[in-house]
Amino acid sequence: MVEQSPIAAPAAPGTTIYRHALVTRLWHWVTAITMFIMIGSGIGILKAHPHLYWGRYGANFDTPWLSLDWMPPWVGTMLNVLTIPASYNLALSRRWHLFFALVFAFALLAFMIVSLINRHFQRKLRVRAGELAPRNISHDFREHLAFRFHDPADPQAYNIFQKLSYVVVIFVAFPLMIFTGLAMSPGMDAAWPWLLEVFGGRQSARSVHFIAATFLVLFIVVHLTLVILAGPWNELRSMITGRWRVPDGSLGERGL
Amino acid sequence: MITRRGLIGGAAASAGLLLSGCDRLAENQQFRQILFSGEKMNQGLQRALTNRDALAPEFRPDQMSPRFRTNGTANPNTPEYAAHAAARFADWRLVVQGLVTRPRALSMADIRQLPARTQITRHDCVEGWSAIGKWGGPRLSTILDAAGLSDRAHYIVFTCADLYGGANYYESIDLVDARHPQTILAWMMNDRLLDIGHGAPLRLRVERQLGYKHAKYVQRIDAVASLDGIGLGKGGYWEDNVDYDWYAGI
Repeated sequence: MVEQSPIAAPAAPGTTIYRHALVTRLWHWVTAITMFIMIGSGIGILKAHPHLYWGRYGANFDTPWLSLDWMPPWVGTMLNVLTIPASYNLALSRRWHLFFALVFAFALLAFMIVSLINRHFQRKLRVRAGELAPRNISHDFREHLAFRFHDPADPQAYNIFQKLSYVVVIFVAFPLMIFTGLAMSPGMDAAWPWLLEVFGGRQSARSVHFIAATFLVLFIVVHLTLVILAGPWNELRSMITGRWRVPDGSLGERGL
Repeated sequence: MITRRGLIGGAAASAGLLLSGCDRLAENQQFRQILFSGEKMNQGLQRALTNRDALAPEFRPDQMSPRFRTNGTANPNTPEYAAHAAARFADWRLVVQGLVTRPRALSMADIRQLPARTQITRHDCVEGWSAIGKWGGPRLSTILDAAGLSDRAHYIVFTCADLYGGANYYESIDLVDARHPQTILAWMMNDRLLDIGHGAPLRLRVERQLGYKHAKYVQRIDAVASLDGIGLGKGGYWEDNVDYDWYAGI
């Protein structure tokens, strides 16, 4: 694997560099596919009882904090479009969800182990104190508004928003999805009672599972939007072959 | 020339294609086998990584649901069942047969004399809702031991008084769950006799599994070596007819 040395000079605009390691790319696409299936089949499962509660129990006659029945019709239409399988079938949605849950969880575990060993996390995602300074955050924010996503001095480094969003997704949202998912399993609740206590009951875990899933959907929307704005072909190629062309000038790849 | 609008439209269209592709994939026999193997993997992982005898959480009386909804069959509505209900189940018999050395037919009076376990547990429906109730009745293992379970028996099949598509409802569990201390044949619920909506006079409680495994109106227990001859061979009404997992611990 070719890795950027910290002392190497920043790559010049227009040159093509090796940006994403094979393991990162493999994991990215496995996760992309499983997320798509988890969201679709998860909606299918939610349709069986589209009410969410806090606490240890919650069924008809109890008070939900959220009911999808109360959602505007366009939400229902959008959910129908995404549902796996397309026609309502709880048993099949569960088959999809519970098979790909294993793929998702073990791929994440493998990626975490490899990324610690090959120092991917330390090199790419380590947040330095200076990056969290309000001045740096507001500067990066203004740069984003101007569609300038790369630091001209070090174009392939992740900016603070990228780092924070990837850190939150990989280390908070994904594990939260897995553990709240396990907390809904009556078999796991018997074996690991602490899991239930962490979330304050099965229905609370189910609600947190839904909230974290909603956050991930928003992340995916922003992620795809930024891929398109940053130059979709270059970004897509780098996530397939690993090779990324350093954007020219401050306007990046958009060729404006 | 690829425009951004074209890209977004293309992404939406390919999402639709992928989704219909998912449905077509699930009809493919080989893929279906892979997809359905998740059940065995999840069961294997749970059994391998956790204590097989771990008890399902039990709750305090003040944590119980104010109402415990009924689901599935609320009343078998057959003339036979109506007659049993009218006689307060005095003539109800629980038949224990199959791979046992001492087959028997227990009356409700016999069953109520057996040592009972009471437990306040959470019922998790496969649909997603949960309710907490108090259950009481003899351990299934007490009944199996009295009947003398054969070494060749690997599954316990429950046949019920309610009908689905003209046939009796049935469900099955393996011996890990059948011998679990919280697996009981409940005749009491919330300190009263079990009512018709919740499975009177006798209902399986197999804590650690989802609600559809908790067979109501249990009339017969068969100890069997394999599930092959039972229904369509997948072990239960929902498993045979609607592709639900036989292992409902997740």
